[in-house]
Amino acid sequence: MNKIWLVTQREYLTRVKNKTFILTTILAPIGLLVFFIAVGFVMNQGSDKAKVIKVVDTAQLLNGKLETSRDNLTFEFRKESVEVIKSQYVDKKFHGILELVPIQDSLLAKYEVVWHSDDQLALDESYAISAAIAKKIRDFKLRKLKIDETALNNLETEVTIDPKGILDDKEVSSITSMVGAGLGAVVSYIMFFIILLYGSQVMRSVMEEKINRIVEVLISSIKPFELMMGKVLGVGLVGLTQVAIWMVLMPIIYLIGSKILGIDTSQLGNTSNLPPEVLESATGKISLVLHELKSMNWMLIIPLTLFYFLAGYFAYASLFAAVGSAVGEDINEAQSLTLPLMMPLMFGFYISISAMKAPDSSLVVWASMIPLLSSVVMPVRLPFDPPAWQIIVSVVSLLLFMVFLVWLAGRIYRIGILMYGKKASFKELAKWVFYKG
Amino acid sequence: MQIIVFDFYAFVDKYFSDDKNISTFDLGKTNFSMHVLSLQNVVKAYHNHIAVNDVSFDVKAGTIFGLLGPNGAGKTSMIRIITSITAADSGRVLINGQTLNAIHPTEIGYMPEERGLYKKMKVGEQLMYLAQLKGIGYHDAKSRVKHWLEKFEILSWWHKEVGELSKGMSQKIQFIATVVHGPKLIILDEPFSGLDPINANLIKDEIYSLKEKGASILFSTHRMEQVEEICEDIVLINKGQNILFGNVKQIKNNFKENQYSIKFSGELPSNLHKDGYQILLQKENEIIIQAGDPNHSPNQLLRKLVDQDINITGFNEILPSLNEIFIKKVATSNE
Repeated sequence: MNKIWLVTQREYLTRVKNKTFILTTILAPIGLLVFFIAVGFVMNQGSDKAKVIKVVDTAQLLNGKLETSRDNLTFEFRKESVEVIKSQYVDKKFHGILELVPIQDSLLAKYEVVWHSDDQLALDESYAISAAIAKKIRDFKLRKLKIDETALNNLETEVTIDPKGILDDKEVSSITSMVGAGLGAVVSYIMFFIILLYGSQVMRSVMEEKINRIVEVLISSIKPFELMMGKVLGVGLVGLTQVAIWMVLMPIIYLIGSKILGIDTSQLGNTSNLPPEVLESATGKISLVLHELKSMNWMLIIPLTLFYFLAGYFAYASLFAAVGSAVGEDINEAQSLTLPLMMPLMFGFYISISAMKAPDSSLVVWASMIPLLSSVVMPVRLPFDPPAWQIIVSVVSLLLFMVFLVWLAGRIYRIGILMYGKKASFKELAKWVFYKG
Repeated sequence: MQIIVFDFYAFVDKYFSDDKNISTFDLGKTNFSMHVLSLQNVVKAYHNHIAVNDVSFDVKAGTIFGLLGPNGAGKTSMIRIITSITAADSGRVLINGQTLNAIHPTEIGYMPEERGLYKKMKVGEQLMYLAQLKGIGYHDAKSRVKHWLEKFEILSWWHKEVGELSKGMSQKIQFIATVVHGPKLIILDEPFSGLDPINANLIKDEIYSLKEKGASILFSTHRMEQVEEICEDIVLINKGQNILFGNVKQIKNNFKENQYSIKFSGELPSNLHKDGYQILLQKENEIIIQAGDPNHSPNQLLRKLVDQDINITGFNEILPSLNEIFIKKVATSNE
């Protein structure tokens, strides 16, 4: 036990003191922030070249005024016929002519505006213009049909379903499932990546020891299984440290970044494009979400989520260690062996996505009790209060299977680290399990 | 009434044995042995071949012992059993008379043929780590590592990464890693391979001084001249089997072919062949001669020559080199 701790310590300290660890831990959140800002910037960026567009409004629809969400477009209303303006289309002094043909039917379902030009409109420009014109047509129709705007708005009703327990008087609200799904999604996503990221780090570490041959010195002092467990623990602790630092650092960097760069943080969520009434209800919803988060059964969710994470990590990291011990130097061979191992995890990840929509579908219920799948699927179900027996079956089966996998990995590892020059295949690994010490 | 049990054999061993290196003899221990290591009928089979086939030998405490054999003879398999890396299928391994147990690996220092250290780890940290894995406490480990680095005058390397060191330099670190925990049994697999003569001598001196301090050294190699120079006893392994075991001088004596090299001036007696002597090589004033009669004595030969009034300037019995014995034994066991 003491020796496992020594190995854990070494794995942890050499990693944490490593410059790349320090850099990635600090730079990753900054990088992520810069990335999101950049993405937001790119997504909001449309065509920015100033364009002059002549409008011939024979339909008398626009009243000499057209406002679109694109600032680079200027519209000039002309009384002349299209043919006359076309003759002025020399040297491309203006971008094109927008011709609004007269409206024949006041209840028309489709209206075609003609664009005369040798250049195409950008996709977002054409959307902006059609949207603006569609709104004008709507006003035109309201006038024609003598419909009052406010009366029309009164037709709109927002319907929510408010759940009330019958036998169980637990307090639930209309957004319980939304909050639960969101929470589960975040947890499942983080677990998926951490298990993969740090599992493969364990594999690399094993390969390194095998390649530089120190492993033979080590296992003359410590049992292979102890060495493997120490490694899995050490790398796991590095992972937890990194996540903990990120959880503290992310909000701080976010705040500092927004202050320094003078970025309107609300811009990132793109809320400015939303109508004010939506925004108003959004603040209401935020307080509802917070209330919902408070009412969740954290005493159950936190320890269970931690359990699923640890069990999943231990099972996978040990398997990765076994693969690392078997392959030695060939990283390609390692990849071809790890891909099938990752399948259950990836499959579980996709099931967990469907679990957000339907946490009680039979696929999800079964998957949440099958080992390995359960470590990413069950955390998504937890906020929805799954039946106790399902949690128990899931926990026990995962625990047993994890112990089995760690044992299996240990059997392969102890042979693999001393085996050089043998091509590792699953058939070969299966044989190693039954080799005697 | 007090019963006094007198251990006669222990008494004889202590006071009458001609082996002076009974360093493990300790009256306080009930389990004592003059053998730091004994293999008894050890067998180890892998799925497709037998690596160690019924091997037995003993290593006397406080000696340097040679484990010899051609490549693939099973030396490494044997060492891995002794170091508890693998287990024997059958047979017994005794360390100081005790069956191999979980404590023993901490009393053994092992330097594998394929050297290995963490390249990205600092020298000091690395040695500290390996010492602690052998069960040495933190502070003790620190003073031991410091002591060894000072001894090799490389204390300034403490904060250097092993990857920055030259091959010879990292070999020194590897050697320190092997002995830092003060093992009673040190197993060195080809310790001089890849070392320049200066560093090889340095390590050789260290091996002698460790022996002086009571450690026993098991030295695995196929370089015979080194064995002849430093080992007292050897075991020769071929195809997993013990084909020769014993004291180096004894073995050489057993394999002698009664050949003599004689330097002289004068006329050789013409009737030498009548007494069963055969001249193998003749130069102007040196001959190599073989005695046909196994019961002859070198004095008879000398007397014969002196009677002839020959001036003898040199007379040497030619003993076979270990290398020759090795090749001969391996060739016959392969037949």
